Amino acid sequence: MASAPSKLYADDVNLVVVLLDTNPFFWSSSSLSFSQSLSHVLAFFNAILTLNQLNQVVVIATGYNSCDYIFDSASDLNRSYENGRMPVMSSSLLQKLEEFLIKDEQLSKEEPDGRIKSSLFSGSLSMALCHIQRVFRSGALHPHPRILCLQGSPDGPEQYVAIMNAIFSAQRSEVPIDSCYIGAQNSAFLQQASYITGGVHHKPQNLDGLFQYLMTIFATDLHSRSFIHLPKPVGVDFRASCFCHKNTIDMGYICCVCLSIFCKQHKKCSTCGGCAGQKKRGQMCDCRLEILHLSP
Amino acid sequence: MHLLNLILQTSSFGVFTSSRLFFPLRLPATFSFALQIFPSRSTISFSHYNIHKTMASGLVTKRAKYKTTIKDPGTPGHLRMTLEKILFMPHNPKSAGKLDVEFRYIKGQKHTKEGSNKPPWLNLTNNQNGSFIFEFENYSDLQDCRDFVGKVLAKSGEVSEKPTVAYPDEQLSAAEMELRIKLLQEDSELQKLHKQFVLSGVLTEAEFWATRKKLLDREASKKMKQRLGFKSAMVSDIKPSTDGRTNKVTFNLTPEIILQIFAEKPAVHRAFLSYVPNKMSERNFWTKYFRAEYLHSTKNSIAAAAEAAEDEELAVFLKQDDILASEARKKIRRVDPTLDMEADEGDDYTHLPDHGIFRDGNKEMTESQNELYKRTLSQDINRHAAVVLEGRAVDAEFEDTKAVAEALAQSKRESSNKGESDGDTSRERLDRLSRMTEIEDLQGSNNLPLAPLCIKDPRDYFDSQQANALRTSGDALGGTEQIKCSLSILEVYSSLRESISSIKAMGWKEPIVKPEAAHQVFDALTNSISNTKHNIGKNPQESVLDRLPRKTKEELLHIWTSILELLKHFWASYPITTSYLYAKVNRLKDAMSNIYPQLEEIKGSVPSEFRHQVSLLVRPMHQALDAAIQHYEASMQKRSTQSGEKPNGYV
Repeated sequence: MASAPSKLYADDVNLVVVLLDTNPFFWSSSSLSFSQSLSHVLAFFNAILTLNQLNQVVVIATGYNSCDYIFDSASDLNRSYENGRMPVMSSSLLQKLEEFLIKDEQLSKEEPDGRIKSSLFSGSLSMALCHIQRVFRSGALHPHPRILCLQGSPDGPEQYVAIMNAIFSAQRSEVPIDSCYIGAQNSAFLQQASYITGGVHHKPQNLDGLFQYLMTIFATDLHSRSFIHLPKPVGVDFRASCFCHKNTIDMGYICCVCLSIFCKQHKKCSTCGGCAGQKKRGQMCDCRLEILHLSP
Repeated sequence: MHLLNLILQTSSFGVFTSSRLFFPLRLPATFSFALQIFPSRSTISFSHYNIHKTMASGLVTKRAKYKTTIKDPGTPGHLRMTLEKILFMPHNPKSAGKLDVEFRYIKGQKHTKEGSNKPPWLNLTNNQNGSFIFEFENYSDLQDCRDFVGKVLAKSGEVSEKPTVAYPDEQLSAAEMELRIKLLQEDSELQKLHKQFVLSGVLTEAEFWATRKKLLDREASKKMKQRLGFKSAMVSDIKPSTDGRTNKVTFNLTPEIILQIFAEKPAVHRAFLSYVPNKMSERNFWTKYFRAEYLHSTKNSIAAAAEAAEDEELAVFLKQDDILASEARKKIRRVDPTLDMEADEGDDYTHLPDHGIFRDGNKEMTESQNELYKRTLSQDINRHAAVVLEGRAVDAEFEDTKAVAEALAQSKRESSNKGESDGDTSRERLDRLSRMTEIEDLQGSNNLPLAPLCIKDPRDYFDSQQANALRTSGDALGGTEQIKCSLSILEVYSSLRESISSIKAMGWKEPIVKPEAAHQVFDALTNSISNTKHNIGKNPQESVLDRLPRKTKEELLHIWTSILELLKHFWASYPITTSYLYAKVNRLKDAMSNIYPQLEEIKGSVPSEFRHQVSLLVRPMHQALDAAIQHYEASMQKRSTQSGEKPNGYV
């Protein structure tokens, strides 16, 4: 899909809502340690804020059990966390992050069974969109917002529906979703999100230079994207999850009324309760859907 | 006195030039009209008319001589051509020159030119390179036959495009066939697909068109043409042609004009139905009609009254049209008071001369019998305009006046039957009145039973699936090995918090990123960006396809659409329940296997700089075909094992 039209962005002011992945299971097994990545990321935030004095950064932590706002560069509460060794904003961010992690830990219920689970990406994406809506309605002059996802956890197929809904609403509000995936495998959701909303997706090869990746690709504001070339992915993984078991599927059955995807043929669609049209009410058509890997 | 008036007014009628005025005494007597009524399809040349007639009837019969070779003197006889075959019967039943050939075998025709000295010959060649030579009596006969043969050959050329296999389970109407052919002719892509699959037997006509019902419906609805309305020019303006020498005035009446006359003047229509052919011939009828028109145009009501007194049929044309008057009254009665409260009985004036307004301002009606014969221009114009706006009641083309009159009468009868009887209309009007006069605020509230709102709770959707997902989401993505994390919750969270505190304590790492790493990253990124730019093009919107040579692009797109078509039918046939589906699936699978070599060919024909992109484009096509063929083979396997298990040969 074409990137967001540049005529909307006459100015190079950034309003970036960053979704930072704080899934402890992922970080404890990642090649890049959390503290290292934090330093890259915090420096990146500062760099954005220095690019233009009107720039704004909002950080939402994507936790394992919950999500929360950690940082808003436009708020005045940042003064209270003074720490001589680093910029004020960073220290306040770290403070809030710590508090968030404590809360998140308390919400944990069951012991993990050895596999890395996904973080609540759908929740933080929805929170980001709500914040953006609030900005839209605030009436004040604001730069056009975009969302940046720093994810490492694998995709949770059970979140497919929620994530797709969020992606479509972002598309509708013309909010590009950029994504930087630092995990091991590929994330289909992030690729689809960036493709559909006109953002840029990248999976860094060399995690030691994460800061460089962030500065080269993700610091570009929306106006400059009309003339600055960003790396294009080779293909987009469009696989969907089935609605009954939340497995990722290539071929499935689709309800002709509500377009819900199922891996087996059902008599009745569980989402909309029926199949109107030629068949009797409540029966599903024998329509089949095959989802191909498409190149842009 | 009135003769003088007549003379003076003739010049305004435009029929006679001034020289005629020297024959005043003879004027009224020598008025004669010659009428010529042409058939509706009359065009320039007579032979054309003939051909239309023959094509319509599908038959041409001519006297001719049949020669087997040029030197042969020829056997005289009759040549008879129908749409199917050529038949030659010699005059002498004993001679051997009889010929009976079907048009299917005729390949072409040659003929001798009119201007040359050669006799009129027509040479029909057949498929086996034999020829039949016919000598005609004159060139116009030759022309007719030549046109006929040409038309039949053209038609048969079209016919061969239609599918030749008869489908016993499909009863197609001719209109349906026409629609399909039209669609095929308009859309070349569709035609290519059709040719590729249907004519080679992979898909049947029915299957091909089953998925395209929407296209056909759209075509069908387009076909319902708008009806041509009447011309805006007024009929009474038809200028007759004059013949100075014989004082004859000739009016040309086509059924079109007649239809318009009948539509505008219902009294004339009624008179026609009642008088012709019982009381007078059609010619007389029109003669009287045009006489009446002439009298009207002279605006001499006294003369009109005088003539009307003599001739009662003429009087019909001269009087006011009483049908119109009664129609106007009926319309007034039908006016809906909720729409137009001011309409009342005094409003039926459209049939009165001058709309009931008297020019001199005197309000009294001068009762003179001459008033009855007056007609004003405004009446005519309004009536004509009303008829044009109403539209054409009858749509077909007619050959003669009688047919027109009857068709118009029929349509009028139908429309009056459709209109309800008086009782019904008044009841309906009362209903409507009562509904419109209700004031909503003053009504009581009607509490309709409301259906309770039922929204599925989305929480079940997301939460309950979580348990399932956690159980089953193993290698959901790509099958690469999952990184295991064997620590407990406590451990991971504490390790995270440690990292945070360590940063807080020590500040950021110095330097944040090593210069070598940054340099490497930057290099890699710029390389990849410039490579893609080189490969794909500066414009990110530009697609790979546009850079390929045009022929390759079209072939690729065509193959893709044919793959889609095949796959659509393939997947729709599963699960296989009947033997028909089984055969169909086999055919489709063969067609799909044939596509692989086509793709290879395309890949080979492309210049080397595009080869990579073409292979990228071709990959999804391969994948789709592979998936389908895999499924086919798996189901074949299942079938064979199943049938193997059934011991008694039960299939």
